[in-house]
Amino acid sequence: MTRSFMRRDRIIAFLMLLPSMILIAIFVYGFIGRTAYSSLTNWKGVMVDPVMDFIGLENYRQLFTGLINIRFRQSLVNTFFFTILFVVLCLVTGLTLAMLLDRNIRAKGIFRNIFLYPMSLSFIVTGTVWRWLLNPVGGINRLPELIGLEPLTIKWVTDRAQILKFNWQFFPRTVGILLLVLMLFLVYRSLRKNKKIGAFISGIVGLLAALWLVTGGDQALTLAYPEPHGFNLALIGVILAASWQMSGYTMAMYLAGMTGIAEELREAAYIDGATEFQMYRYIIFPMLAPITLSAMIVLGHISLKIFDLIWVMAGQDNATTDVPGTLMFTTAFRGNQFALGAAIAMVMLILVALVIVPYLVNTLGSEQEL
Amino acid sequence: MSTKKRINRFLVYLLLILMAAIFLVPIYMVIITSLKSPDQIKMDTVWALPTNWYFYSFVEAWEAFAPSLFNSLKLVIPATVLSALLGSLNGYVLSKWKFRGANVVFPLMLFGMFIPYQSILIPLFQFLNSVGLYGNIPGLVLVHVVYGIPITTLIFRNYYTEVPTEIVEAGAMDGAGFFGIYRHLMFPISLPGFVVVIIWQFTQIWNEFLFAVTLTSGTGNEPITVALSNLAGGRAVQWNLPMAGAVLAALPTLIVYIVLGRYFIRGLLAGSVKG
Repeated sequence: MTRSFMRRDRIIAFLMLLPSMILIAIFVYGFIGRTAYSSLTNWKGVMVDPVMDFIGLENYRQLFTGLINIRFRQSLVNTFFFTILFVVLCLVTGLTLAMLLDRNIRAKGIFRNIFLYPMSLSFIVTGTVWRWLLNPVGGINRLPELIGLEPLTIKWVTDRAQILKFNWQFFPRTVGILLLVLMLFLVYRSLRKNKKIGAFISGIVGLLAALWLVTGGDQALTLAYPEPHGFNLALIGVILAASWQMSGYTMAMYLAGMTGIAEELREAAYIDGATEFQMYRYIIFPMLAPITLSAMIVLGHISLKIFDLIWVMAGQDNATTDVPGTLMFTTAFRGNQFALGAAIAMVMLILVALVIVPYLVNTLGSEQEL
Repeated sequence: MSTKKRINRFLVYLLLILMAAIFLVPIYMVIITSLKSPDQIKMDTVWALPTNWYFYSFVEAWEAFAPSLFNSLKLVIPATVLSALLGSLNGYVLSKWKFRGANVVFPLMLFGMFIPYQSILIPLFQFLNSVGLYGNIPGLVLVHVVYGIPITTLIFRNYYTEVPTEIVEAGAMDGAGFFGIYRHLMFPISLPGFVVVIIWQFTQIWNEFLFAVTLTSGTGNEPITVALSNLAGGRAVQWNLPMAGAVLAALPTLIVYIVLGRYFIRGLLAGSVKG
């Protein structure tokens, strides 16, 4: 066993990983770079041998302030409400199911499988089925009839009503301030846990946000006129379908966490005279907090990317239920506005990165300390 | 006290059965609708069982969807096998042959599984078009293998990290090199890892829609998700047909889940990075 032999194998090992590294470098980072560049041009019309003149951030300015791009702004608002409701519904349902199952239930496996099977389906199947269930004159609306009540008249995905309206002019400044506050909090948290990289990254982002606000950068994105946006009720049906599919995932995460809480710890709590409520409040819930955070991040980033479900349930080109994912597709591949589509895609990427990058840094960072 | 506990227990089961019913209602609806003839599908009897069972929906659905189901199969099998092998090799390198910089390479790879694929879709379309892989199954296989690298590498890396490094060292002592250790020591104990990855990739690729609709629409090579969405999204559909189609589209992944659910859950939890 000579050292040179090992060295040769180390080189082989590196060479075996190299193709994957190159593929990821090209297909992920190279392509993102190309999309980023395209988003700074006026490319539209043809896909092959296109004319691409550099126009700077004009597409982004158009998206946030252009009169005709109101759909993009509503798509962001839709994603916002969708994300909050979807994540909360999944967490609450998942935690409830896990708590119910975590009590020496007979046939626990069967119940768990029933709650998890939707995870094995595609959003396309789920969407097809739920579109039928949410038919305005059939499906769920007819359920009350089975016990002798009047049928419901909810319009579900075709509803045009909008609630919680607000003026979009407030948006840029509010986002800037929220980002700043969030980053300050993250810096504080990372410093307390002595995670210098995390603190550094959050600090940079926070500094950029502050700079943007101070220099009046938010004014450039502020509309000259009031523009109302709000929560489109048509999304509720889609949120229900998405939560039906994904709640089992949160349940599985919580169950895995609860099983990890040692039986002795619970017994000790019982012996100390803790009630069941106290045991959950002081022992189990605190231990589940990291799982809740992971679940929020995974569900949140799924929700920011949601595409298939909207497509089947509400149509690919339905202004009321637009999300950036569907809007990017129709803008680029139906409207041939490739530069504008690329800009929407970059906004999506930035939103997802804001959620995922700190998470990756955090989990992998703490792993390396071990 | 005992009666109170019993009532408690009863309530827990009641709630569980209620929740289970909610989760199963869509299946009930799919099955009864798919077994009704078009003229039996009336809004005031949507929840009622069919008056006479109409199995012809499935014949029709099979005729409509057989080509796309076959396309999906031609896509899923090679893509799953290739990405599992690649993931296994990558995981082996990243757990047992760490090189300087591996701690940077790995997170950069992982980021690839979280990106919204819209952000690479336009260049991907152009690239596949320029190399003659647009609109065909091999192109889609390539796409799924490449974008499957992060998750398959992650699952195998976590799996191999559990394997004691002494085994590798012992292998090296016996004169086995990189491939020798992989073939004789790691690969034979990799079965559970492969099961998790294969199930995961099979389900993901079978269910995938964005790449499929962008890269195969109107080419005759559409996988089942695209075909089903085309039918269900159309106007004036007879709902028995999309419902029967949904059953056909769901069955492969559902069967895998029912038979190998334990491993499915493992893949699911691995997706949240910690593994």
